[in-house]
Amino acid sequence: MTCSRREFLKNTVSSTVASVMPLSAFTLLSHAEAAAALAESKVRWAFLVDTNKCVGCGLCVTACKKENEIPFDAPVTRTWVERYVVTKDGETHIDSPMGGRDGFIDDKIRGEEIDPDNIDKAFFVPKLCNQCDNPACVQVCPVGATYQTDDGVVLIDRNWCIGCGYCIMACPYGVRFFHPEKKVADKCNFCYHRISKGMQPACVECCSFGARRIANLNDPNDPVANIIKTERVSVLKDEYGTKPHVFYLGLDAEVR
Amino acid sequence: MIEEPVVHGIEWTVKELFVYPNEFIYWSIQIVMYPYMTGLVAGAFVLSSLYHVFGQKDLKEIAQFSLVFSLALLPVAALPLLLHLQQPTRAMEPLLTPHFTSAIAAFGIVFTTYALIVLSEIWFVYRKYFVEQIHALKSAPGLSSAMRRTVYRVLAMGAYDVSDGAIKIDKKAATILAAVGIPVACFLHGYAGFIFGSVKANALWMSPLMPVIFIMSAVVSGIALCMLTYIVIMEWQAFRRRRSGGVIEAGEIKGAEAEVISKAARYLIGFLIAAISLELLDLIFRGYTAMKSWDILRSVMYGKDFMNIFVLQYTLGNLVPFLLLVLPRRTLLRTVVALLLVLFGVFMMRWNVVIGGQAFSLSFSGYMHYEIPVIPHSVETFKEGVFGALMVITTPFVLFWIINKFVPSLRRTTEGS
Amino acid sequence: MKWHVLRPLWVAIGLVGLILVARQFLVPDDFGVHGRNFTYGYYRLSNVQEWKDFPVKFQGRESCAECHEENLAKVNASSHAPVECENCHGPSVNHPDDVELLPLNTTRELCLRCHAFLDYPNSARASLVSIEDRRHKRRYECVKCHNPHDPKEEVE
Repeated sequence: MTCSRREFLKNTVSSTVASVMPLSAFTLLSHAEAAAALAESKVRWAFLVDTNKCVGCGLCVTACKKENEIPFDAPVTRTWVERYVVTKDGETHIDSPMGGRDGFIDDKIRGEEIDPDNIDKAFFVPKLCNQCDNPACVQVCPVGATYQTDDGVVLIDRNWCIGCGYCIMACPYGVRFFHPEKKVADKCNFCYHRISKGMQPACVECCSFGARRIANLNDPNDPVANIIKTERVSVLKDEYGTKPHVFYLGLDAEVR
Repeated sequence: MIEEPVVHGIEWTVKELFVYPNEFIYWSIQIVMYPYMTGLVAGAFVLSSLYHVFGQKDLKEIAQFSLVFSLALLPVAALPLLLHLQQPTRAMEPLLTPHFTSAIAAFGIVFTTYALIVLSEIWFVYRKYFVEQIHALKSAPGLSSAMRRTVYRVLAMGAYDVSDGAIKIDKKAATILAAVGIPVACFLHGYAGFIFGSVKANALWMSPLMPVIFIMSAVVSGIALCMLTYIVIMEWQAFRRRRSGGVIEAGEIKGAEAEVISKAARYLIGFLIAAISLELLDLIFRGYTAMKSWDILRSVMYGKDFMNIFVLQYTLGNLVPFLLLVLPRRTLLRTVVALLLVLFGVFMMRWNVVIGGQAFSLSFSGYMHYEIPVIPHSVETFKEGVFGALMVITTPFVLFWIINKFVPSLRRTTEGS
Repeated sequence: MKWHVLRPLWVAIGLVGLILVARQFLVPDDFGVHGRNFTYGYYRLSNVQEWKDFPVKFQGRESCAECHEENLAKVNASSHAPVECENCHGPSVNHPDDVELLPLNTTRELCLRCHAFLDYPNSARASLVSIEDRRHKRRYECVKCHNPHDPKEEVE
């Protein structure tokens, strides 16, 4: 009796495990395999922002909202432009009204007048999704609704996202938000529909100053990729280990 | 678009200085309620296991009650998550395509496992009672008796053997389940702490101590709630008996009850000390190491949230009840006040973690304030407002009232043993 | 041996079985590990194509050149050469198939995005021609006097 019960339990357990295992997709590739998979891909999208060239016109934000159908008057946005004004007293004044959608035509920051003689430096910094190599947002998605494509872009499955907001919390750059109409997480995807057709992202297309450029790091002849490879570029918040792929030229230490 | 686009969080987020455009308080009151309610579940279960596993005989009465109460709390642990989801109809997806690198993915699985353990344990504890009821109701007239009998027949699942041997096995099974349940309960709650502790982007949340702190305060709040509900129910029953001219004197009830309560209170104090020590360790460590984020954290903790953290949570929610419980000549009223304060303190701790973690911008250059919606004017302001939270708080008591009709966890006293 | 002990276990196994069966029906066929590993590449494969099919709105100046060659030649010869047509004319989407006239933006605010004076000498903004909004013909649209296709040219 005891024997048969033990056997029975054993069978039950092993058959349950056997039926669960293939379904749960527990396949974890080794590190080398993963690296090889990325290297094999012909494309690894990256972005180059030259903060020296940005004039803060905000046309990139306008274009992005229209191109990607983000409600125009909602304060959330896939890309935004920040203004930094560092004054002589060591203070840093930062703002980005409506994400810089309407540009910066006023010198007041949050209604506060800043004496021009007191300004040490002032500049604009465009921000967008960093399409990290190790995206924290993807790691924490409980249902596999956000993922990294073979060409390095992180996408969101609008038909599968449950809207828990964990990815929004996990992103150190604050690029994610809930789409006001779709009610799912949303963020910049380098205009995946455009770059996969050989076009430029909308923000790049609409930037008159060359402050924003897209690059394919795996293409040895890509001029922008070569700037990233040969010049001194930096990234935002590399302390989080996410390996961001939006590279910056002329990034100031004050930039958050 | 029929629905006007609503930016989630805009209703209750007030920004100050520079905050990234997409930052809002996305995790609001329901995410405060979620670890609070799971904590109560875990705590209630641990309390019942103290009797079932470790044979703390004087906890027997409260143990049976807290076991059934933890069942009533169980669905309510999942309710806040459901209310918080932007796509509630997709709530089952974590079970369909679990992405196990996410702490949330485990929720469905751990929660289901835990629910099964609690249900099974109750089944083993009460199976004898179910069978007795089936026999007792056999000859009882009326439709309601027949219906009750059907419910018990379903509950008994066809196991009618109540011989001494069978009951002995039931007891053994219940003990094993209670023992297995403790780590699962701790895991259920520890991983709620992991959900927060593993968010590297959030300077306040990221700490390996977070899961342990969560477990400790969970047990504290669970024990407190069980004790409190137990006292209230006992007093209510004593009051009713006195009114109907019962023979039992109030003093007698208090005597038996006081013993259970003081025993439970000792465990409560122990876990409370552990919880506070860990929280203080975490705080001291942050201040001492003073990483990049410390400037903004300090301005939040010692400035904007000082009232919430040091006055409401540590003083009113921890120190005062601690003194009320340990000082000599404790009365029942004092215990009740202490328990209420403990429950409040743990709630404030959850609040300060969840809302406090979003009180500052990821840019470390600005702040966000949470203005909880009181009067709802949309589904969202109801779900993530005061009324949503009240709904979550009241549900377990309603559920307990229903469950208790079939599984009388206060049976011994109602029979007047 | 008392077999009734196992009854809750049957319920549990039944529940797990139910979930496994439900998965067969509810999980899309192409859901799985497609990328580099389970951590970053667990997803529904067809979603990639869904994103690729997202409609393009900004068509770029090459598409404008197909019909408006003259205008484009003029702009290209001016200091506004780097400015994309659609920044002012609006995204052309399927123009002229769907809409004949694009929503041209001639507001002062549009010009001010680049040409409002901000006293930031070391920013790129300083290199652009600028006006002080408060002091320069406040009530007029810039295009009343300046031709955006060739800013040097005065509109009569």
